[in-house]
Amino acid sequence: MDMALITNVLSAAVIAGTPLLLVALGALVCERSGVLNLGLEGMMLMGAMVGFAAAAVTGSLFAGVVLAIVAGIVMSMLFAFMVITLAANQYAAGLSLTIFGTGLSAFWGAGYVGSTVSGFESISIPLLSDLPVLGRVVFQQDALVYLSFVLSASVYLLLKFSRAGLIVRAVGESPESANANGLNVLTVRYLAVGFGGAMAGLGGAYLSLAYTPLWSENMTAGRGWIALALVVFATWRPERLVLGAYLFGLASILHLVLQGLGWNFPTELLAALPYVVTIVVLVMLSMNPLRTRLNTPLSLGQPYRPSR
Amino acid sequence: MLQLERRPVASPAMQWASPVIALALTVITGFVIFSAMGRDPLSSLTYFFITPLSSAYGWAELGLKMAPLLLCAAGLTLCFRAKLWNIGAEGHFLMGALGASIAAVQLQEQTGLWVLPVVLLVGIVFGAFWAGLAAGLKNRFHANEILTTIMLNYIALNVVVYAVHGPLKDPFGFGFPQSIMFSNSALLPNLIPGTRLHIGWLFSLLAAVAAWVVLARSFIGFQLNVLGQDSRAAEFAGFKQRWLVWFAFLVAGAMAGLAGASEVTGPIGQLVPQVSANYGYTAIIVVFLGRMHPLGIIAASALLALTFLGGEMLQISMNMPKSITQLFQGLLLFYLLISDAFIHFRVRLKPAAPEPRQTSATLAPQES
Repeated sequence: MDMALITNVLSAAVIAGTPLLLVALGALVCERSGVLNLGLEGMMLMGAMVGFAAAAVTGSLFAGVVLAIVAGIVMSMLFAFMVITLAANQYAAGLSLTIFGTGLSAFWGAGYVGSTVSGFESISIPLLSDLPVLGRVVFQQDALVYLSFVLSASVYLLLKFSRAGLIVRAVGESPESANANGLNVLTVRYLAVGFGGAMAGLGGAYLSLAYTPLWSENMTAGRGWIALALVVFATWRPERLVLGAYLFGLASILHLVLQGLGWNFPTELLAALPYVVTIVVLVMLSMNPLRTRLNTPLSLGQPYRPSR
Repeated sequence: MLQLERRPVASPAMQWASPVIALALTVITGFVIFSAMGRDPLSSLTYFFITPLSSAYGWAELGLKMAPLLLCAAGLTLCFRAKLWNIGAEGHFLMGALGASIAAVQLQEQTGLWVLPVVLLVGIVFGAFWAGLAAGLKNRFHANEILTTIMLNYIALNVVVYAVHGPLKDPFGFGFPQSIMFSNSALLPNLIPGTRLHIGWLFSLLAAVAAWVVLARSFIGFQLNVLGQDSRAAEFAGFKQRWLVWFAFLVAGAMAGLAGASEVTGPIGQLVPQVSANYGYTAIIVVFLGRMHPLGIIAASALLALTFLGGEMLQISMNMPKSITQLFQGLLLFYLLISDAFIHFRVRLKPAAPEPRQTSATLAPQES
C-alpha cells in the first residue's frame, strides 16, 4: 500500500465515522443523564429524510440541516414524554420510536426517492490542508465534519469541566441525591434527551446530505444501533468515542478497500463486517462485568419519579 | 393542574383497555393523516381496515400474514416475560428461511413425505442456532442482548443476500437474485383450496398454545416469570439463570426459524432477499399489544396482519406508498406505550395531599 492509498482510506474512514460520531455524542450525553434511548435509529432516519426533503425543496443545505435537527428534537420529545413524564419502560419506548420513525420516514419520504441535491462539498483549510496525510484526512473535509470536531471537543469539555456537565452526571448517577440537592431531575433529563435527538437528526442529515446525497428507505442501515454500541465501547467517555467512531468508520468501508485491492471475497458478506465488528467489540468490553458496572451511569435505564 | 399519581395497585382493566385505546387513537391519527394528504379519510380507512376482509380470500390472506407474526411473537413472549430483550426475531426468521432453502435446494430431486419435515427442521435448527449465538454471548460474555440481536439481524440479512447472489442463485433465473423454485414435495400443503393459506397457520396457533402451556403451567415458565419480575428473587431461589436464557432464546429462535421456513416453503416457494416483510420487528409490536400473553398475541397478530393487507390495499386502490403499513404499526405501538402508562398511574386534577417523604422508597423505579 502506498501513501496515497492510506490517505484516501483514512479520509474515507473519517467521513464514514462522522455520522456515527454525531449520533453517539448525543447518545452519550443522554445516557450520562440516565436515559437509554433505543429510538436513535428512528430519529436518525427522520433527520435524514426531513433534512433531505428540506434541502430538495428550499435548495438550501443549511435549511436541511436545521430542519433535520428540529425533526430529531421533536422525535426525542415524544420519547422523553413517554419515559420521563410517564415513566414508561425505556426499552419498549425506544423501540417504538425506532419503528415509528422508520415507518414515518419511509411514508413521508416516498416522494423524494430518486431526487437529488448537491450535497456538502469539502472545504480545504488553507496551509493546514497541505500537511502530508493529516492535511487530507483532517483538514480537507466538509463543513459537517468540522462541526463534528467542534462538537466532540465541546461535549468533552462541558461534561468534564462545566457545572452543566456536573449536573448531567449527577442526575445520571443518582437522581435521588440530585433531587435532594434541589436539581430538577426531569428537566435535566428532558434537555439531555433533546440534545440526543438533535444529534441523531444531525447524524441523519449527514448521511442524506453529505455521505450519500440522496434519500432511500432505511438508509441508516443500523447506524443508530451501532452508535449505541459505540457508547458502550467508549465506556461513556467522549474522548474514546471519537477514536471508536473512526475505527467503526474504517470497518464500514473496509469492504470497498479490499475490493479495490483486488481481494476476491463476496461483497455481500464483507458488507456485514461493521455489524460483526460491533459484536466482537461488545463482547470484548462486556467480558468483565465489574468493569462495565464501574463505568455505566448508575441509574441508566431506570425511570425516576420525584417524590413530593 | 393535571398531575400523574401512582395507583395503589396496577389497574387490570386498563391493562386490557390500553390496546383498544391505542387502536382508536391510531385510527383517529390515520383520519388526520389521510385528510392532510388530501384523500378522503373515510374511504381510505375503509380500504385499510375493512376492504381486505370483505371476502373469504381476504380472510385466508389474513391467516397467511398472521402465521409468521404469531410464530415469531410466541417465542418472543417467552423472552420478554423474563425481561430478556431479544430483538432478533428478524434474524432468526431470515436464517430459518435460509436453512430451509438450502435443504430444499439440496433435496430438489427427492420425493416423499419426509422431504418437507426435513426442510422445516433445518430451518428450525438454523433459527435456533442464530438465537443461540446471542444467548451464548449473553451468558458467556455478558454482552447486551439488544445490541447483539440487532447486529445479528443485519448480518443475517447480508448472509441471505449473499446466498441468493451466490451459492443458492438460480442459474436460469435471468440474473435475478433468487433461488430456484422448490419442488412440490418441499412445499407446505394448502389448508383451503383456492387460497394461499397453508398449514403454517396451524403451526403458529400451536406455538401460541405451547407458549401458554409453558408460561402458565410449567415450572420453567414460572422461573421465567420470576426472572422477569425480580431477577434477584430468581437468584435467591436458586434458579439457573443461564439455562433460562438458553431456553427462552432457543425456543424463540426455533419458532422464528419455523416462521422463516414456512414462508419460503409456503407462499413464496423460493428464497428471495425480501422474504421477510419486517415480520420479526413487527412481532415485537404483537407481543406488547397482546399484553405478553400467549393468547393475547393471537388477536394482536391478526390485527397486525391486517395492517399489511391494508397497506397493500391502499397501494393498489389509492396509489399510496406501501410504507403506510409501517407508519400505522409504529403509531399503534407508540400510543400503546403511552396509554400503558395509565396502568400504573392515574391523572388527578388537583395535587393530592402531600405525602410523607418516606414513601419515596415505594415510588422508586418501577421496573428496569
